[in-house]
Amino acid sequence: MAKVEIEKLKEIARQIRIDILTMLVEAGSGHSGGSLSAADIITVLYFYKMRYDPKNPKWEERDKFVLSKGHAAPALYAVLGRAGYFDTGHFHTLRKMGSILRGHPNSAVTPGVEVCTGSLGQGLSQANGLALSARLDKRPTRVYVMHGDGEIDEGQIWEAAMTSAHYKIDNLCAILDNNGLQIDGPNKEVKDTDPLVGKWRMFGWHVIEINGHNIEEIISALDKAEEIKGKPTMIIAHTVKGKGVSFMENKVEYHGVAPTRDEFERAMKELSEGN
Amino acid sequence: MTKMLGTRDVYGDVLIELGVANRDIVVLDADLSSSTRTAKFAKRFPERFFNVGVSEQDLMGTSAGLASAGKIPFASTFAVFATGRAWEQVRQSICLPKMNVKIVATHGGITVGEDGASHQSTEDIALMRVLPNMTVIIPADGYEAGAAIRLAANFRGPVYIRLSRDKFPVIYPENCEFEIGKAKVHSIGEDVTLISCGLMVHLSLEAADDLRREGLSVGVINMSTIKPLDSNAVLNAARVSGAIVTAEEHSVIGGLGSAVAEVISENEPVPLKRIGINDRFGMSGRATELLEYFGLTKNAIKEAVYHVMKLKSDKRQDLRLSN
Repeated sequence: MAKVEIEKLKEIARQIRIDILTMLVEAGSGHSGGSLSAADIITVLYFYKMRYDPKNPKWEERDKFVLSKGHAAPALYAVLGRAGYFDTGHFHTLRKMGSILRGHPNSAVTPGVEVCTGSLGQGLSQANGLALSARLDKRPTRVYVMHGDGEIDEGQIWEAAMTSAHYKIDNLCAILDNNGLQIDGPNKEVKDTDPLVGKWRMFGWHVIEINGHNIEEIISALDKAEEIKGKPTMIIAHTVKGKGVSFMENKVEYHGVAPTRDEFERAMKELSEGN
Repeated sequence: MTKMLGTRDVYGDVLIELGVANRDIVVLDADLSSSTRTAKFAKRFPERFFNVGVSEQDLMGTSAGLASAGKIPFASTFAVFATGRAWEQVRQSICLPKMNVKIVATHGGITVGEDGASHQSTEDIALMRVLPNMTVIIPADGYEAGAAIRLAANFRGPVYIRLSRDKFPVIYPENCEFEIGKAKVHSIGEDVTLISCGLMVHLSLEAADDLRREGLSVGVINMSTIKPLDSNAVLNAARVSGAIVTAEEHSVIGGLGSAVAEVISENEPVPLKRIGINDRFGMSGRATELLEYFGLTKNAIKEAVYHVMKLKSDKRQDLRLSN
């Protein structure tokens, strides 16, 4: 991948972070930390990896993305808006009455959103269903699903993980946004899910570990996942909660809150300086 | 001798028929395929059958994903697990996005028998009825089950169909019709109307025969669609009969009786008695013993009729006195 392309993706990711915070400050509520930690991965998915047509959102051969950690909805809405699924003017309506941008992703109201998520733990089963359907129809569709690290406390994740492996669903790639923090504190304190790599391997998955903020590493992991046959791939992406805004980084208290107007101005200053 | 037919046996056969006709029909089960009769489909169409093992939440989520991509999934397990264990998955992954998933659950009610309370679903109608976008159907016999399942395959949206472990007496002809949200009115009665679903329809028909011999004018309605409820049929019964008895193999809380009570109390209040399980769990025993123990019998229906007719007559007397 040419350096200029990488730089372009970094620039898009910076814009996505600005969009996320713009949406959140207007909404006055929402999940800042987990949206920012997911921003680089979602950017690479939508602006490098996935095949889709925003003018024809139901194109049958499209790749599909499931945001299983649905509370990072602002990150998803930002890429969908920038990709052209809807006018970016909608960003200002996040979480407001009548908006197409609900608090958590809802496929019934938002173009480009594939399934309903928000109640944690349900996206992997849905992604399996999407991938199995593509296989039955012999379509080239690849399915991507992003989980939070707190989310994998949910038992359904492991039910679904066994289904993915049992049915050798190799047109599926899951990504774990491993920012290390959940609502009540660090994963290690709330409920330790380590060793993550060993767990997913033992469940029959091909596992790749990356730095989830390094564009080159994200690209190479997503490309590599496509070559893995006969088993699903899990990309464990080590990330920083609140990434890109210094005072939000690694702060558990920014899990479920929007920036204040003042915090937003400071964040914009940092992001415009390209920190 | 009354012909007996298993609603789940019919399900197994109809699935094959649907699978032949439509390549988008897929079937999922959670390790109960021989009991739910989906094993037949699995054998015939192995590539379109997915056994997710003992994981009902995953069953519902995977079904939702398949539906999202245009398939028509039939998801089966026992009623207690389909609606209880996976309730929130049905809510979030299926009903909220209005996914075209057909949940066909077998072993509904207490007639599951010997397995006892853990396996007897006496709350499933309530759990499914409360969900927006959900359609809830309890067929009264095997042939009505077949018609409902065929119709569900062509209906767009989530559907819950409750089937049973036990065989039911056949009420309808093999080619009987079924319409979602349309009650089957067997008779109109000026004294009382019995509104039932599932196994209780056949018992209501028998009770009505007895009551007619006692000189009463009895209406019988098979309310096989609990949601959307045929409220016109309920209100007509309330107007014509002035007294209603409901009967269901389910808790009296939240099921058919509650649905009927909601409609009449807001529009046409008349005396009502609900036959069902009185806020208790089931227990082990033979199906017939359990029906007797919990008062889901022809005689219980008749007693309820006498009760509501007395209420009706007391009410009329009160009205005369106050005038």
